Amino acid sequence: MQDFGAAFGLAFGLILSGDADLAEIVMLSLQVSLSAVAVACMIGLPIGAAAAVYRFPGRAALVVFMNTMMGLPPVVAGLLVYLMLSNAGPLGGLGLLYTATAMIIVQTVLVTPIIAALARQLIADLHTEYDEQLRSLGLRGIRTIATLLWDGRYSLLTVALAGFGRAVAEVGAVIIVGGNINHATRVMTTTIALETSKGDLGLALALGIILIGLSVLVNGGVLALRATAVRSAYA
Amino acid sequence: MLRRRLLTLAAMLALAAGLSALSPNDTAAAEKFIIVQSTTSTQNSGLFDFILPKFTKKTGIEVRVVAVGTGQAIKNAANGDGDVLLVHAKPAEEKFVAAGEGVKRFDVMYNDFIIVGPEKDPAGVAGMKDVKAALKKIAGAQAPFASRGDDSGTHKKEQSLWKATGVDVAKASGGWYRETGSGMGATLNTAVGMGAYALTDRATWIAFKNKGNFKIAVEGDKDLFNQYGVILVNPKKHGNVKATEGQAFIDWLIGAEGQAAIAAYKRNGEQLFFPNGPGAKPS
Repeated sequence: MQDFGAAFGLAFGLILSGDADLAEIVMLSLQVSLSAVAVACMIGLPIGAAAAVYRFPGRAALVVFMNTMMGLPPVVAGLLVYLMLSNAGPLGGLGLLYTATAMIIVQTVLVTPIIAALARQLIADLHTEYDEQLRSLGLRGIRTIATLLWDGRYSLLTVALAGFGRAVAEVGAVIIVGGNINHATRVMTTTIALETSKGDLGLALALGIILIGLSVLVNGGVLALRATAVRSAYA
Repeated sequence: MLRRRLLTLAAMLALAAGLSALSPNDTAAAEKFIIVQSTTSTQNSGLFDFILPKFTKKTGIEVRVVAVGTGQAIKNAANGDGDVLLVHAKPAEEKFVAAGEGVKRFDVMYNDFIIVGPEKDPAGVAGMKDVKAALKKIAGAQAPFASRGDDSGTHKKEQSLWKATGVDVAKASGGWYRETGSGMGATLNTAVGMGAYALTDRATWIAFKNKGNFKIAVEGDKDLFNQYGVILVNPKKHGNVKATEGQAFIDWLIGAEGQAAIAAYKRNGEQLFFPNGPGAKPS
């Protein structure tokens, strides 16, 4: 396979050339996936924490549901969101189909269960550990949840990264609701799918290498941030 | 205690600020654009990248192309998820117009389908012109054949050809007849990978970069004619359709300028599409 060596060369060549189209695609990928993770955290963290702290009817069912939805196939999520946003669908009037916003919505659907399910486990463990202490401080309800989320914030960063990994790597959902439109909704994964279908396997692989590099940067950046924060916290 | 809280808070705020700076601006770019539901061949061949900037430069209307198989493109358009439909399956296009989903169909351009296959040619069809005879030979030899199997324009064409030969490919499905259920490019990748014959439009094949040892085996039959048509999605049925901009694009595409742009597009010195709309220069 002469493709591998050539693909690495091509990948570095593309990065060094500062290709404008590539930069646009990379930025959109980051924009869509980071926004989706941010929204998913806002929805998923409180839900996960509530499921960990409160006892309510249907809680076990909710946990099973969240854990199941972690495995929601992207193509199914894409189809559901397409049917909602299509002009023949209930939300067609919003005109969101084939926009970056539609891609953020579908990735939020994919990422929220991961954030909620992992956060629930993490917060449940913390809760067991600190339950008595929190009670002795007279904390209950919302304030317990807020305290536990704040206490677990560094571990929750890893949860957010798991969500980001899912979002930035999927192609099945964004290609249906985004349409892979050049200069509008084309992201890294849909570009890779397109170049593969053109038979340009070398370029597709090069783009794949760049995507992985991008994930390395995001993960490294977050971990560095976390390390700085932890250091200053115990300084 | 306070200091460390503040530092963490600052870090979080920086992250949040970074995120909000990245927030999408769909509305800003959404001023003047149309959505064209089209086929993979027009995109994969590079035709759109060549002709669309000319139209946008002249009119200021951006053309956003969703490239899927003809069957899916027609369904998306029937949901009102597009302003213009540009595909290649005339009977299905006429049905689309007859059902009131589209306004009127115009011829745009044509090229032809070909059968490609491995160099060693297990069915012995290389150089044949009669496509039905060639398909019969492939079936007789039970040589692997990769079908799109996705209700695309090319797939519809392939099925009509098989039907005319009287070979029941449904029975052979999973055997020598292999339905990939994928786009043209993906099907060609699969065909090259397993040494199977495949029906493809010529434009996709010329632009395709993973040919391996594959060659054109069958070409030149008049049954392999491949006509592309363009239709404005009916604004009376789908209120969101941008009729003015969509019609402007159709007028340009089938008029003298668009037709000349199509004729000027070449890959490796070969012309990929031949304009035959109302504005085509008589040849």
